[in-house]
Order: sequence, then C-alpha cells, then structure tokens
Amino acid sequence: MPGDTLITSENDTDIELDFAGVEDFQENHKREKHNGKRRNGDRQENKRENQRRKRSSKSVQGIREESQSKTERRERSRRRKGKAEHETSGHEGNKRERDQTRAKSTKSKKNIKNEKTRKLEGKEDGEAQEKSEKGKLKLVCTKNEEKIESGDQLKEKEKALGVKKKKKRRKKVVETSSEPETSEDGDDEEEVNNDGEVRPELLSPEELEKLKEAVDEKKKLIQSLRGKPWPMKQKLVTLRESQLFVEKYEGALGKGKGRKLYAYKVMMTKKWMKFQRDFENFKTACIPWEMKIKEIESHFGSSVASYFIFLRWMYGINMILFSLTFGLVMVPEVLQFLNLNCTFILFIALYIYFILQVRLILLCTFFEQALMGRPYGSIPRKTVPRAEEAGAMDFAVLWDFGGYAQYSVLFYGYYNNQRAIGWFKFRMPLSYFLVGVGTVAYSYMVVIRTMARNANESGIGDDNSFNFSWKMFTSWDYLIGNPETADNKFASITTSFKEAILEEQESRKDDNIHLTRFLRVLANFLVLCCLAGSGYLIYFVVRRSQKFALDGLENHTWWERNEVNMVMSLLGMFCPMLFDVISTLENYHPRVALQWQLGRIFALFLGNLYTFIIALMDAINLKRKEEKVVKYNITMWEATLYNGTGSENSTAPPITIHPADVPRGPCWETMVGQEFVRLIISDTMTTYITLLIGDFLRAVLVRFLNHCWCWDLEAGFPSYSEFDVSGNVLGLIFNQGMIWMGAFYAPCLPALNLLRLHVSMYLQCWAVMCCNVPQERVFKASGSNNFYMAMLLVILFLSTLPAIYTIVTIPPSFDCGPFSGKNRMFDVIQETLESDFPAWFSKVFSYASNPGLVLPFILLMVLAIYYLQSTSKSYKEANVELKKKLQMQNEENKKKNKQAALKAQMDLEEAKKSASQTAEHQRNNNDSVQRQEDDEEIDNKNQRMYHGRNPSPSVGNREPHFPVRDPGPRNAHNGNHGNPRYLPGFHQQSEPRMCRVPSLERH
Amino acid sequence: MGTTASQLAKDSLSEYQELTFLTKQEILLAHRRFTELLDRDERNHPNPRVPMEVILTLPELKSNPFKTRICQVFSTSEDKDGSLTFEDFLDLLSAFSDSATLEIKSHYAFRIFDFDDDGTLDYGDLEKLVNCLTGETEDTRLTSEEMRQLISNILDESDIDKDGTVNLSEFQHVISRSPDFVSSFKIVL
Repeated sequence: MPGDTLITSENDTDIELDFAGVEDFQENHKREKHNGKRRNGDRQENKRENQRRKRSSKSVQGIREESQSKTERRERSRRRKGKAEHETSGHEGNKRERDQTRAKSTKSKKNIKNEKTRKLEGKEDGEAQEKSEKGKLKLVCTKNEEKIESGDQLKEKEKALGVKKKKKRRKKVVETSSEPETSEDGDDEEEVNNDGEVRPELLSPEELEKLKEAVDEKKKLIQSLRGKPWPMKQKLVTLRESQLFVEKYEGALGKGKGRKLYAYKVMMTKKWMKFQRDFENFKTACIPWEMKIKEIESHFGSSVASYFIFLRWMYGINMILFSLTFGLVMVPEVLQFLNLNCTFILFIALYIYFILQVRLILLCTFFEQALMGRPYGSIPRKTVPRAEEAGAMDFAVLWDFGGYAQYSVLFYGYYNNQRAIGWFKFRMPLSYFLVGVGTVAYSYMVVIRTMARNANESGIGDDNSFNFSWKMFTSWDYLIGNPETADNKFASITTSFKEAILEEQESRKDDNIHLTRFLRVLANFLVLCCLAGSGYLIYFVVRRSQKFALDGLENHTWWERNEVNMVMSLLGMFCPMLFDVISTLENYHPRVALQWQLGRIFALFLGNLYTFIIALMDAINLKRKEEKVVKYNITMWEATLYNGTGSENSTAPPITIHPADVPRGPCWETMVGQEFVRLIISDTMTTYITLLIGDFLRAVLVRFLNHCWCWDLEAGFPSYSEFDVSGNVLGLIFNQGMIWMGAFYAPCLPALNLLRLHVSMYLQCWAVMCCNVPQERVFKASGSNNFYMAMLLVILFLSTLPAIYTIVTIPPSFDCGPFSGKNRMFDVIQETLESDFPAWFSKVFSYASNPGLVLPFILLMVLAIYYLQSTSKSYKEANVELKKKLQMQNEENKKKNKQAALKAQMDLEEAKKSASQTAEHQRNNNDSVQRQEDDEEIDNKNQRMYHGRNPSPSVGNREPHFPVRDPGPRNAHNGNHGNPRYLPGFHQQSEPRMCRVPSLERH
Repeated sequence: MGTTASQLAKDSLSEYQELTFLTKQEILLAHRRFTELLDRDERNHPNPRVPMEVILTLPELKSNPFKTRICQVFSTSEDKDGSLTFEDFLDLLSAFSDSATLEIKSHYAFRIFDFDDDGTLDYGDLEKLVNCLTGETEDTRLTSEEMRQLISNILDESDIDKDGTVNLSEFQHVISRSPDFVSSFKIVL
C-alpha cells in the first residue's frame, strides 16, 4: 500500500506542476488571510534563489538550469501547500482531465501529495537556509555575475533539458541541489526507488544510497526546523512528517548485519541527541543569578545588566583560579593540620555508621598519607614567633593579617620547601610554582579567547555605512520592561536621532575654537596634576608606613597603620569625581567624554597601583637588607647554641628548642602578600561603604526628607543616583588586576576575591533595584564589551609584569616559603628536571633552551606574525575593493532597470489586457485579482501570475511568446506601481525561469 | 501549579524543544505564564487563544512600543486580532530568545517593522517606526522636516536597489552588520 501511494503521489506531482500557474494565481488571493506571511516567504525564497544561483554559477550552466527549475518547483509547491482543498475551479478541472489517465481519485491523492510537497519544500528550505547563512553578503555580487552571461545560451540549454524534465518526480526534488549532475541520470532509477522503498531487499546499492540521502536530508531538516520563521503548527506538521518518514525508511536501509548496525547507530544517535538536550537544559539550569540579572535587565536595559554579566563572568574565572590554588597548593599543605580532628571525628562516626564510614576513613587517611605537608607548629616557618605570640589572636592583628593569619596557609611564608610530600611524592614547591604560572596563563587564555569571540560577533560592526539604519532598526532594547526606563530610552533615541541629523547637516558651528582648545588643554593639565599628586601621595604614604612598620605597629593609631590602603581607596573614590568636574570644561560629546573619563580613571588606578608597587619594591629591598643581618645573626646563634649543648652534636641534637623561639628572617614574600590582601580588603570595604552611603543613604534621605524640604529633592539636586556601569566595571577590573599581582605571594587571594564578588553580586543587585534610577542616557552594552576586555588584558599584562620581575630577579627568603634555600624561584624547574626525569630529558631540555635554538624559534614566530598580519591586511583591502565593486554594479543595475522599465511600459497594456481576460475566466472574483496585482513586488511572483493569467489551451503556441514577452509584464508591473521593488540581481533571474516553465507545461 | 506541568504532555514538550530555541525550563515557564493569563474555564479548552489585550499586560511587553505589532506578527488567528495560542506564544519567545539565530531574529524584526504588512518598509512604515521609537509624547516627537531628513538618510544607506523602500534582504543585510541587534532583540520571561 505505501508503494502504491508513492506512485500515485508521483503522478500527482506531475499534475501539480502543470497546474502550478493556476494554483498560484488563486493562491495569491488567499495570501491575504495569512497575515502577509506568504509574502515574506516569497521574498525569502528569492533570496535563497540567489544563493542557489551563486552556487551554480560556479559550475556549468546546465547545472544552473537544473537548480533553477527545482527552485521554481519548490516555490510552487510551497504556494500550493495547504491549498489543495480550494482548488476546485472549473478551469483547473479541465486541465486535470488531460492527465486523468495518470491521476486517479484526485481528492485523496491531493492529500498525500500535499504532505509530500510540504516535506519537500521544507527540505529544500532547509538546504537553502544553511547556505544562506554563508552567502548572504555576496547576494548582490553574484547576481551581477549572472548578468554577464548571455541569455541565449541559457535558453538553448534549457530546451534541451526541458525534454527530460517531465520525468523528474518529486524524488528528484528531494535530492540536494549541490549534486545536480547526478540527479538527471538518476531520474529513472528514482522511479524504481519509489516502488521499492517498502522492499529494501530489492534495492540496488545506488538506490539505497539515494534513500539514505533522503533520510539524511530529513534529519537535517528536523535539525534546522527551529531556525525557520514559520508558525508553530506548520513546523509541528513538518516535524511529525519528517520523523515519520525517517522512521519508516530508516529501517529499510542496510541489509543483514549492516542493517542491525545501522539501526543501532540510529538508536544511539537518538539517545545521544536526547542526552545532549538534557545536558543543555542542565547547563542552563546551573547558571547562577539568571533570574536576578533578568530582572535588572528588564528594569535598566542591557547596559546595566552587562555589568552583572561581567561580574558573573569574573566570578567564574575566580572560581577556577581558586580551585587551582586550593586543590593543588592549599589542601596538600593544610591537610596535616586537620589531621587530628578529622580522624577523631571519623573514629566516633565509625562506631555509628561502620560500613559506610570505612570507605571514608580509608579515603581520608589515604589523602593524609598521600598528600600532606607538615602540620602547624612543627617547624619555625609554621609557628608564630615567641615575640608575637601574645597578641597573635587579637582581632586587630588578625584583621591586618598578622599573627596566626600571617603564619597560616594563606601566605607564601607558611609553605615548606620539602621537595616531595606524602606517599604520592607530591612535589609541593613545583606545584606551587606551576600553579602560579598556570593561574596567569589561564587568565590570559580566557581573556584573549573572549576577546576574539566578541570581535567575531561585533567585528564587522565597525564600519559606519549604516549609521542611521542601525539607529532606526536596532536601537530599541526589547528587554526593557520598565515604563520609566522606556521613557528614558525614548528620550535618548530622540536625541540620538536629532544629533545624527545635525551632524549629517554638517552645520557644525565652531564657537571660538581657541577658547575650547585652551579649556581642553587646561583640563588635561589639571588632570595630569591630579594624577601626579595622587601618585606622590601614595608614594609618600607607603614610605611613611614603612617607617611605622620599623617602629613596630603597636605604637601607632589605626589610621597610621591603615594609611596606605585608606589613601588609595579614597583617591580612587574622589579623583573620578574631580575628573568628572574637570571634564565639563572640555565640552566634548558625551560619548567622547565618557571615553576620556574612563581613560583618566584607568590612568589614575594604574598610576596608583604602580606607585604602590614601586614603594613595595623599596620595602622589599629593606627587608632583604634586614634578612642579611638576621641570617648572620642566626648563624651566630646556632653556633652558640651548639657550643652550649656540648661537643657531641650527634647524640643530643637541639630538640629542646621550640620552633617559636627560633629566630626568623623577615620573609619579604609574606609581606608582599599581606600588603595585597590588605589592599583588597580595604578596597572591598570602601566599595561597599560607598554603595551604602552614596546610594542607599542618599536614596533614603531623598525619599523621606522630600516631604519637609524647600525644593523637590527627587527631581532637583541630589535626586537618586544612577548606576555607574563604567566606573563599576573599572573597579572590578582593577580588583582583578590586584588579584593577579598578589596571588603568587598570597594563595588565599582568589578565595577572598570569590567571597567579595559573591557578596557584591547580591549587594549590588539589591542596591540597584532598590535605590538607583534608570540611566538618563542609556548606552548600549555590546559596543563597549571588548573595550572592557581590552582593559582587562592590559591590566593582566601590567599586573603580571611586577610579579614576574620579582620572581625572576629577587632571590627567595632563606627560611620561608616553598623555594627557601634556592637561589631563584624558578630553580625548582631545573631541580625537578634533574632529579625526577631521566638524564636524557634534561639533556634535551638544555639543548632546547640553548640560545641557538631559541633565537631562531623566536624569529620564526615573528615571521609568522608578520605573515598573518600582512594577509589580514590584504584581506581587508580586498574587502574594500569588493565593496566598491558592489556599489558600482548597483548603479549599473539601476540604469539598466530604468531602461527596461521604459521599454516595458508598452508591453504592459497588452499584458494587462490578456491578463484580465484570463483572470475572469478563472475566477469571477475580480477583487482578488486587483489585490494580487497590488501584492506583486518581486519578479518571481510576477512570473507565476503571468502563467496564471495565460493558461492558453494551445500549449505549443505558448512557447514562442515567452521569451519575447518575458521582461514585459514584470517591469511593466513594477513601473505601474511607481516603485519597482526588486533587488538588482533578481532582474536576471527571471529569464531562465521563464523558459523553464513552458517546457514543463508542455508535457 | 502542579497541574500545569502535567497539562503539557511530554511528547509535545520534546517537540517544542526541537522546534524552538528554548530549553525545557523556559518552555515550562512559558506554559505556566500562559496559563496564568487564561480564565479558569478557558483552561479546559483544547487550544485556547489569549486575546491581545491580555497578552499585552505581561510586564515583558508592557512598555515595548512594538507590542501590538509583535502580537499581530506572531498571531495565527484568522481574524487578525493579534490573539495568541500557546504555540504562537512559544514562537514569539523562541524568536526573541537568546540563542535564536540572526536570520530568524531579523526576519521577525522586519515583519514587526512592516506596519502595513505589504512586505517592504516604505516611507509610511519608517515614519511609524520612528514615531514608535521616539515615544508618543509631543516633546520627543520629531518635526516633519527632521522626519523627512531622517528617513531619506535611512533610505540612502540601506535601500540598495533605490526603489524607495527597504525589502527583507536589504534589511537583513543592514541588520547582519549591526553589532548589537542580536543582544537587544531579546525578550526573556
């Protein structure tokens, strides 16, 4: 039975093709009902056609004919889709009679056919859609190529092909147009194929191959279905049908073993798809704060939300940095510290949940044994010195990260230089070093990758050729769900329109350019003064704090102890405001002003950070001098110690000395780490406090004092604050820079930052929702995304510089940290190479690191970069060239079209006459004819209409008419409506198709 | 709301996932929001339609200047009243979702901007569009001179074949180069 239906449906297709014109004609009347969807569909079709043409223009012309005819047929079937029930007009009936020999029981077949054609059409669309993604931009270009080729040749070929056309069945259309060459030869086979689909054992391998292709096509269609602008019902129907098709014929594929394997494969792909979908769902469910961000998005538009998305992204990065340091550095070092408690608790638990816990204990002890550093208090570097012991647990000391916090896993100094720990022989110093390097490397990778992706997304958007259109078509932010924000957006769009118009008019009145220039220079001078002043202030404060530190911190007030951080935070808070005031002098366009402002804040932060680092370097040098003294003292002390205990050292080693009593070096690394941690803490505190005072308190005051105040606070001076996206992003970026800088000396920094980001996510979300008003000028987020990323990259680079400098040039402290006792920190690599790898490896490594090899390698890289850069440059040039060509051809087309329109004016009358006559024949509904005419906008539709109007009974006569008349109706029609709507390329397209149709109809 | 989850059959849920750019959670959320818009007696109806006025009360659409156009474009209703079925609603959300392609977004954007449904953006459409974008109040409205200037500029830029209107392919050509169309053409429930 299925075979039967297939055959009949095939026949049906023939009829369909014959009637296509008529049906299209009627179709046009019904289109109105469909909300204009069809019209759009047509246009899309046109576009696809273009792509089709483009592809085919590469191969021989015959192939082009093929694909065109197919497109045409597809178009028709599309028009017809769902309309079969209405095709009852008498004229049609006549036509059908001709083919009655083949077509039995029309009604039922119609239904089948409808299904089939819909599928086909869907499939074709699917292909086209895929292609269209690539070829969209070349659209116009290819059309012009087409034009150059002579129309005569096309026609000849077509006639030749036309004879065969009748044989082509729906199967033919199923085939991809990418292989049109084979399709022609395969005509007859396909017919057989249709028969045999139910009896797979009868199929030849070729047919099987075809069937497989068809099934694959269906699958592709199913996948691409979601990308189609159809109503859901249509998509559902198509999906169900294609799934049915796939299920039905999938089983027919393959024989014997192969069949089973195929079925298995199909099943697995299905399962895999389902898994993927579930995984996708799971992944989206895992993204944190989605709802919060969405809420903000709807209130404040995408720019404010972009800050929170950036924050979340930062959080993710810090999460990974944290897990790196935590898992590979902190846990192995700290596990021993937990040792006692852990086992104690577990032993109690053992009695209760014996069976369950056995495994856990094994695991725990395994970890302890496998990776363990020495516990707290076992060696001097892990013990608080005797002098500090008294106040080591004081909150003030801990808050400054002194006392127990200083001698903990949080800082560099705590780590032991034991080369390998535990059963696993975990290489602690090596791990420390590699994690430090890996942190930076990972950050680089992520930032650059994100930048590249952003550039891909928006890289083409840098040309200004569509300035107005973008303002018009893309300026509305559909996420805005808050009326107030919407009002602001309306206002900002209006201003941007007005600004753009003013700029376009070039009526830039230069009011006293000298004054403006003077003011700008003055402003920059003031800003420079500010920057220099803040830099000096920080330098001064850091030097002073070192003096205090030498005196001992206890003798000073809280302010004196926290001077550096406070000064830095305060500068970071007030200088931007100052810059804001200064920038009003300059009278820049707001967007330019924003960029200047950002640049200045960036310079300020950077300057502050670097002064801080330079001052820190001074401190490091001081510490190292101190260290030398201490080292000398220690040797003296040890000597006296040994002398005191007696001459026989071997029998009585000095075990009696508590590690806390051992004299210690100053350990500059821990000092650096502490400084950074303090900086982060104070920075975080200032951020939160500014948020509370500047936003919350202000909002509260404005809200509640408004009743009893002499002017309107809400609308007047203080008003509510806006969310400062750029300032906040900058703060975040600098914070991250400090993390990168300090993370090597204070492994706890990523964890701290994680905490900070987590808190600020909630705090800022709350603050934004409760006390900020939407921005006056709503900026787009996407434009600045890469700007922020670039800043992050710069900061990353600048913050790795000092870290690398210290690692490479300064020898590590002699008695603290994982690298103690080594000359340089990176010696750990060499040590590992020598002792843990076979001899030949280190030999190879030493050869590889030989300057003779390294230099050529660097040279090679430079060459590669140069090559890539020059190719990209040439691509850009080619792009510009193409653009020029495009424009020229557009103009040419315009001229040609104009000529054609004139010429067509005469043909119009004639065409109209005949059209109206036949139209009356077909339908008594004259209104719809009129409407149809109004609808026509592109030539392929004209095409169809033309056929619809001229169903001349003498088939043979029709043929000569077409080539002559063909440009006539189309252009005439367009001319008739005053606004010829066609893209340049479509002009050419119609000709070959015109010829195609008669050849189809003849049979 | 346990009943709403069961109302959406598992089969159709997976079909919807196949046919839209939405995830399972989003479809379920959409279904919940949609059923909330329905009256109690309407919920038993096999394929209920929510009139446009009710759809427009959604906070996501409330302040959108194109809200009526959006409803009209996505509606499959016979009498063009902009009422939506659940499937239409899903179509809407899918087109406006995060992962929808530029292709489909620009297609629907074009249809939304095409106020008179004639398949091209002509002068009238563009005028209406500008009025939508500048708000309905008097102080933000452009003068007719400004409007003329603006529209002629737009046509200069994007009307490649110079026929006085912007058609779909021209529109998509312009849109595809815009850096922030995809990120702003979004509606999330």
